[in-house]
Amino acid sequence: GRAGRGGEKVEEEEEEGWHKLYPGHIPTSPLQKALLAAGSAVMALYDPYRHDMVAVLGETTSCLALPNLRDKMKNHPEGYHILQERPRIRLSTLDIARLQGLPDGSLGREYVRFLEDNKVSPDTRMPPKFVDDEELAYVIQRYREVHDLLHTLLGMPTNMLGEVVVKWFEAVQTGLPMCVLGAVFGPVRLSTRKLQVLATELVPWAIRSGLNASCVLNIYYEQRWEQPVESLREELGIFPPP
Amino acid sequence: CRCRALLSRPAGRLRARRDLAAGPDMHFGFQTVTEEERRKKIYQVFESVAKKYDVMNDSMTLGIHRLWKDILMHKMNPSPGTLLLDVAGGTGDIAFRFINYVSSVRERQLQRKLKHHQNLSWQEIFESYQKDKFNSLGDSQVVVCDINREMLKVGKQKAQHLGYSEGLSWVLGNAEELPFDNDKFDVCTIAFGIRNVTRIDLALQEAYRVLKPGGRFLCLEFSHVSNPLLSRLYDLYSFQVIPVLGEVIAGDWKSYQYLVESIRRFPPQEELKAMLEDAGFFKVDYENLNFGIVAIHSGFKL
Repeated sequence: GRAGRGGEKVEEEEEEGWHKLYPGHIPTSPLQKALLAAGSAVMALYDPYRHDMVAVLGETTSCLALPNLRDKMKNHPEGYHILQERPRIRLSTLDIARLQGLPDGSLGREYVRFLEDNKVSPDTRMPPKFVDDEELAYVIQRYREVHDLLHTLLGMPTNMLGEVVVKWFEAVQTGLPMCVLGAVFGPVRLSTRKLQVLATELVPWAIRSGLNASCVLNIYYEQRWEQPVESLREELGIFPPP
Repeated sequence: CRCRALLSRPAGRLRARRDLAAGPDMHFGFQTVTEEERRKKIYQVFESVAKKYDVMNDSMTLGIHRLWKDILMHKMNPSPGTLLLDVAGGTGDIAFRFINYVSSVRERQLQRKLKHHQNLSWQEIFESYQKDKFNSLGDSQVVVCDINREMLKVGKQKAQHLGYSEGLSWVLGNAEELPFDNDKFDVCTIAFGIRNVTRIDLALQEAYRVLKPGGRFLCLEFSHVSNPLLSRLYDLYSFQVIPVLGEVIAGDWKSYQYLVESIRRFPPQEELKAMLEDAGFFKVDYENLNFGIVAIHSGFKL
């Protein structure tokens, strides 16, 4: 049914008579999804600045992996909590000043440091459009918003190398085809020296950690800003970064 | 000069409705909206697609839209000295073709004159010394009128890039209320624009008004395919492929969804013909291109 989220959109939904499940939802047929997947894959490779295409590719290929992910969350007490409350990580909801004031090594402090060092913001994540289930749309949104936190937990920067490492970790953890594609095709643009480091140290570590760790989407990060990163790593089962 | 003609808006057009406040209901693609909302939404669509308009046209029609526009120009067959108004001319495709066409006709004219220069009258020889020798357009002119600033901007940039300057002007204006005098133009065209006009009847009346007696109105627009098999294939392509192209190429699904819906809502060939006749045009006729995917309607002001 239609959640009353984004009240101003409800009238439009009524008017259009589509089966929009959430604001921004564009219902698509299987053929359209296939075409979108192919088209967005090509466009994402052709023009790497088209981040929207990466997002679309993710949405159109994740129909099998997302329900699995959602079930993992449902069957875990903290994950279930997250699905109920649907927290969002946005600049408007984060108290940056408070997080900055936290001790070094804590999740909150390191996360803000990560945002500043790499000059990124949590608000640049695209909302989902082509996921045909409202709860799954939230799951993929949560995954996108948690991505930066994963960078922090894994200690990886946002350059090409760091992104590929995080993708390997995410691929093992979530099974999302987009992560697998990113993990496999991402390295093509790296130099041989970096590829070596990647292959010998970083990827094996990422895989081992990903397999060993419990589901990263089952952590209510917003309630754990004070927790030291090291302790959270241990709790999850992520091995210390090389 | 381009002073506005005083048009008295026919007040009786508003259909009697329970709530007159918002205005009559109209369609925006398959949605039902008020007149004002429709104008606004359409403006926003073209504002958002302007930069990728040409790329999208080529992708959606596999380049065939160029042929359609060429055919329109050949049908028009303008001679040098023609004054053309291209309404909803946005990115300038028709205007540039017009300039190319009259330039080449003019060139042939001049070549013929040179070959038979002994047949020139004294008057003609005198005039040829007076006029700019490189009157390559023969005093032809085209005015591109569009309601959308972004589209005009793209058009002007294109003109500069391609080297078009002479005989070309750009005017911001509404097809339903053209900022031109009566009886001014030899030809008035609207290519893939009339579908987006909220009050087509007004646009046709305006076109009639600004044309000189003897002037011709030409409308190139998506129309209806009667062949059932082709119609189904066309629908499949339109609804399944085109919005995807819009999302992938322009990052804009919704504008292209609107495009295919608006094509379905547009009056078919015979109905548009009747509307032209209502506006006062004579010898109204239409020509189907590609089995009716596109049609060119033509009418004359007498």
